[in-house]
Amino acid sequence: MKCVIAGGNVKVLGRAVHSLSRIGDELYLEPTEGGLSLRAVNSSRSAFASFLFAPLFFQLYEPGSTGPDTELFRCKVHMKSFLGIFRSLPSLEKSVGKCLILLKPRASRLVLQLHCKYGVTKTHNLAFQECERLQAVFDTQRCASRLCAPARVLAEAVVHFPLTLAEVTLGTGPGGKIGLRNYVEEEAEPSKTMVTELWLAEDEFQSVAVAPGSHITFCLKEFRGLLSFAEASNLPLTIHFDEPGRPVIFTLDDTVLEVHLVLATLSDLESNSQSPSTNGVSHLPAPSDDFPDDLESYMVAMETSEGGLEGPPSPTFPLRTPRPAKSQPEEKEEEEEEEEGAVPGTPPHKKFRSLFFGSVMTPGRPDPATSQEVLAEDSDGES
Amino acid sequence: MRFRAKIVDLACLNHFSRIINTIAKLAKTCILRLTVCKLYFILSDKVANGGASMWCELSQGNFFDEFQMEGVAAEHNEIYLELVPENLSRALKTAQNAKAVKIKLTNKHCPCLSVAVELPSLSSSSRIVTHDIPVGVIPRRMWNDFKEPSVPDFDVSIYLPALKTMKSVVERMKNLSNFIVIEANLSGEMNLKIETDLVSVTTHFKDLGNPPWASEDGCESNSQGRDLESMAEACIDIKKLQQLLAGQQVNPTKALCNIVRKRIVHFILLHEEVSLQYFIPAVA
Repeated sequence: MKCVIAGGNVKVLGRAVHSLSRIGDELYLEPTEGGLSLRAVNSSRSAFASFLFAPLFFQLYEPGSTGPDTELFRCKVHMKSFLGIFRSLPSLEKSVGKCLILLKPRASRLVLQLHCKYGVTKTHNLAFQECERLQAVFDTQRCASRLCAPARVLAEAVVHFPLTLAEVTLGTGPGGKIGLRNYVEEEAEPSKTMVTELWLAEDEFQSVAVAPGSHITFCLKEFRGLLSFAEASNLPLTIHFDEPGRPVIFTLDDTVLEVHLVLATLSDLESNSQSPSTNGVSHLPAPSDDFPDDLESYMVAMETSEGGLEGPPSPTFPLRTPRPAKSQPEEKEEEEEEEEGAVPGTPPHKKFRSLFFGSVMTPGRPDPATSQEVLAEDSDGES
Repeated sequence: MRFRAKIVDLACLNHFSRIINTIAKLAKTCILRLTVCKLYFILSDKVANGGASMWCELSQGNFFDEFQMEGVAAEHNEIYLELVPENLSRALKTAQNAKAVKIKLTNKHCPCLSVAVELPSLSSSSRIVTHDIPVGVIPRRMWNDFKEPSVPDFDVSIYLPALKTMKSVVERMKNLSNFIVIEANLSGEMNLKIETDLVSVTTHFKDLGNPPWASEDGCESNSQGRDLESMAEACIDIKKLQQLLAGQQVNPTKALCNIVRKRIVHFILLHEEVSLQYFIPAVA
């Protein structure tokens, strides 16, 4: 593969790498006929991002020999090494005129060459690993709701939330408004946590097509990376979402660039055994009532299910069983063996934690310790 | 018990935010006392606070366009709330170009100070951001714990040097030692000293001036009988001093400190609309 990026597009590439670095530790490069795709996934498989640069983005684009027998070469590199080359965006803009990316299949290194001012050429040789295709399973057509807004509006909305905030809930509210609210974990004490809520009018968006009463909770940190890219490129951002638990897909579209960010969303605890489509209750406007109710029905489910119905899953399975729509056989065929196809499920560590510890701690609520099975008896006993 | 207030002037909002930022640097949790005319931020000298205490007083009329308060009872028309000032600081941080900020005492899942910020937007309606800050209501029987501390019977009272200079000196000293000695005399001289096994550093300030304090019976202060050169010193936790200086974002109109030899240092910082007193006890 050989491609040359010139002029202002070098900075765009740099910004894309910065965005991807917020997601995962490895950068996947996949040259195709349709362009060069850069991808990343996080370790818990709950976030996936891909930037597809069309051939027009490049001054020169040669994906590589594509005989009938040879596949296009795919590889992954350490994110840190790649990011290091594009670390300082201002200096990229000021001094780099051209960037050459060269990958020969039998070469031992991926070559990145920056042609800078005053005849200076910086050549970086990166170690790479061959890899299988990294592809998340998602379909924007299947999402019931869609919002499109200028990136600036979303950036201005997100600024009111602290940088350390992990999750945010996006949903519809009365009067057709769209709201953002910080997500308070079940384990956190509600009387100690500050809650921030922001409402945007429908006319701040370029298009709104949402199912009433819908809401999703996703990781804000991972979204911020894409948001800063969108803001810098002045592109409108489209958010496709469905029910809680199904992934949310953020897309940016341009003539030469297609960006996707797929994030897992938290699923509602109480819609565990119900048909998701009937769960049309509007949650966001009265969130303070919502979460304790969730816990209550969850606790009831814990105590009443004796292994018959769909009780709480065994603590050893961090991911909830993916909803049937996700694991259809025809989709699985496209995926190779080694890469799991990165089905973004519910962020595993969070659910794992709340399931493993059984009773979710709410202040004043007695710990149903009696209903937990003892996994290991005290060897000392009570003799 | 009700409270609602509104700020519409950007300069007032900015000034109020800066005061909250200063308080947030000094105390993780503090008491907000609301009366008809004033707001007080109080930190009492419990062991948990490292013995330091704070009293900050501002007139509501200088900041709020609207201010309505109903206390717990007619004869006790005040409200005492316990809150985390950092939350309030965060809520106001992104409100700097707001059209209006409303603060209200509400009871959602628990008592909260709800800060509603109305922001300009390109659409027909404004954007509203609300922050619900959980607060604890302090019952009336505990109000006596939060009385205004009296000015101690000090040995020396002296104006502080330029806070910016003092701050950079103290910040550098903080890297070398956990404790700092403040000493001053009635001739306008002050020294800041640190001493460790390896090094001792002293910074000398002079011509600072000593504020005149009238004694209670109206006669002149009895400094004439005292040795004007003798230093009164106290050794205090350097971090507390650094927090006090770091929190000052605007130069106060008056800044002074009262030193009680080996006991306590009492700092008074006065701005036009707000006064801040901070007490740092001496360590043994």
